[in-house]
Amino acid sequence: MIRTIAWREFRSLFLSPLAFVILGIIQIILARLFLGHVNLFLMIQARLVTLPNPPGLTTLVVAPLLGNAGVFLLFITPLATMRLVADERHNKTLTLLYSAPLSMTEIVLGKYLGILMFFFLIVALSLAMPLSLLMGGHIDWGMFLCGVLGLSLLSATLAAIGLLVSTLTKYPAVAAMGTLGILFLLWIIDYAGHGRGDGGQIVAYLSIVNHYEPFLRGLFNTSNVAYYVVLSVTCLLFSIRRLDAERLGA
Amino acid sequence: MSLPEHAHEPAKSTVSDLCVDKKSDPAFNARYEDQDRYARSMTYSEVLVETETITRFYGKTAAVADVSFMIRRGEVLGFLGPNGAGKTTTMHMLSGNIAPSSGRVLIAGHNMRTEPQAAKAALGYLPEHPPLYRELTVDEYLDYCAALHRIPRRQRRIARERAKGRCGLSEVGGRVTANLSKGYQQRVGLAQAIIHEPPVIILDEPTVGLDPIQIREVRSLIRELGQNHAVILSTHILSEVQASCDRVQIINKGRLLLNESIHDLMRRVQSQALIAAFRRSPDIALISGVPGVRGVTVVEENRVRLLHEPDTDPTDALVKLSMEQGWGLCEINPEHSSLENIFVELTGEGEPTS
Repeated sequence: MIRTIAWREFRSLFLSPLAFVILGIIQIILARLFLGHVNLFLMIQARLVTLPNPPGLTTLVVAPLLGNAGVFLLFITPLATMRLVADERHNKTLTLLYSAPLSMTEIVLGKYLGILMFFFLIVALSLAMPLSLLMGGHIDWGMFLCGVLGLSLLSATLAAIGLLVSTLTKYPAVAAMGTLGILFLLWIIDYAGHGRGDGGQIVAYLSIVNHYEPFLRGLFNTSNVAYYVVLSVTCLLFSIRRLDAERLGA
Repeated sequence: MSLPEHAHEPAKSTVSDLCVDKKSDPAFNARYEDQDRYARSMTYSEVLVETETITRFYGKTAAVADVSFMIRRGEVLGFLGPNGAGKTTTMHMLSGNIAPSSGRVLIAGHNMRTEPQAAKAALGYLPEHPPLYRELTVDEYLDYCAALHRIPRRQRRIARERAKGRCGLSEVGGRVTANLSKGYQQRVGLAQAIIHEPPVIILDEPTVGLDPIQIREVRSLIRELGQNHAVILSTHILSEVQASCDRVQIINKGRLLLNESIHDLMRRVQSQALIAAFRRSPDIALISGVPGVRGVTVVEENRVRLLHEPDTDPTDALVKLSMEQGWGLCEINPEHSSLENIFVELTGEGEPTS
């Protein structure tokens, strides 16, 4: 049942031009950035050889590119998730799901899975360029996969936050703005927090980006994984509660 | 125009009320027995929808207050009320889209609050706005609905084709729902509600936006569905209730004002009053003594209005009396009350929509 809803969600994305536009534009921008990173690498390659234990292709090209992809995901998340529930509420199609023998958990998980498939498609497509480096060099697989894991976890969390905001309103535009605000805040929250005692550290801990960077450096840390998992699960639980509350009128 | 007094009484003028003083009338008794048989046959068929004093508050205003009723298999119940009376809220509660603030809803014996999935599996719901995914084609949409209602994959095609056939959609299967006319969209909504052959079918204003021919088709479909399912349909169109329902409930301002069979309702609509005019002034006391007359009012000089029991016709007796007394009866007319009047009287609103 979750699969049915997820598949419809995923397919519906591609029945409007939005999904293609997002995928197309992300490729163009990442390609430009990729070219820049490769260019830089080629420029300093000669000097790198002289260093003891020099940084490789993965550190200088793949990691920054995945970092860029993460930022880009942050900006497209509101567009991709705004319609999830808000649009159904606006078009009164939510009634169809509410009247069918489904639990709220199935509805929320179905929608989440649907958007997650789309996000993973974005991640997969962004990996095409780094992988093309294999034609002329070799990459550090451990570091690469760690980065991919980080990007996947990041996108899963962004999607969960977007879904939660979408359950709160009837207007997709409001959901989009709300999601953008929350994500951006979570991204930049540590700008003010650095080096100001315990309070600053807590604020810095909340930052999405602080948990993403270690993955890019090839550092797999369970506490970072836990951060994303806890945040995602919390958002999903709140989404379920929200839909239930709507029915109960509480 | 004023009404037969009978109509002033709220709700519940059922068989038992009527039989109190009319047992002696053989014609009435025959009809009473007929009614009784009908009532007994109904008790044997399964109760599919039952609501117990459901109330729903929006903030501090009660959109629906203390509404209780039941629907059995093989019954079409019309839910009648002006706009904003609480019809849609009630439909939403029946279909599990919102929970009642108090009271409970049972669908096919399952409590909507404690076993929502079992209850929802037994119902099909066409909301006021058909819940269409605009980007899907009719076939894709109906397949999705069939899947949501857990119809096994292999039977989905059959279910979809059957629902399409019943709703007259066979020609438009490949079209995107957004491009269909309002009438067709409404029919797709209807197909969605019956695709899984639920025992309970809830239709919120099913004929809105349809042309007269489509309305007739939908009504006959509702009658057909009413044979094996329990159908509840809400409307503000009185003729719709007359055309498709077995029983009617009138709701206004969230309260149930009337709940009776169409048969009883139509009897109310039939004449319960006579207007009689005489050349010479009649004796009111004598007219009141005519069997079956419940009250007499003088409309204007030498013109009276007789209220009588629904099952008697005092015309003959009145003519005879006039002859004996020499009042010179010159005009006698049954006064027809209309469904509209009953509606207006019960809801206490101005002009009814129809």
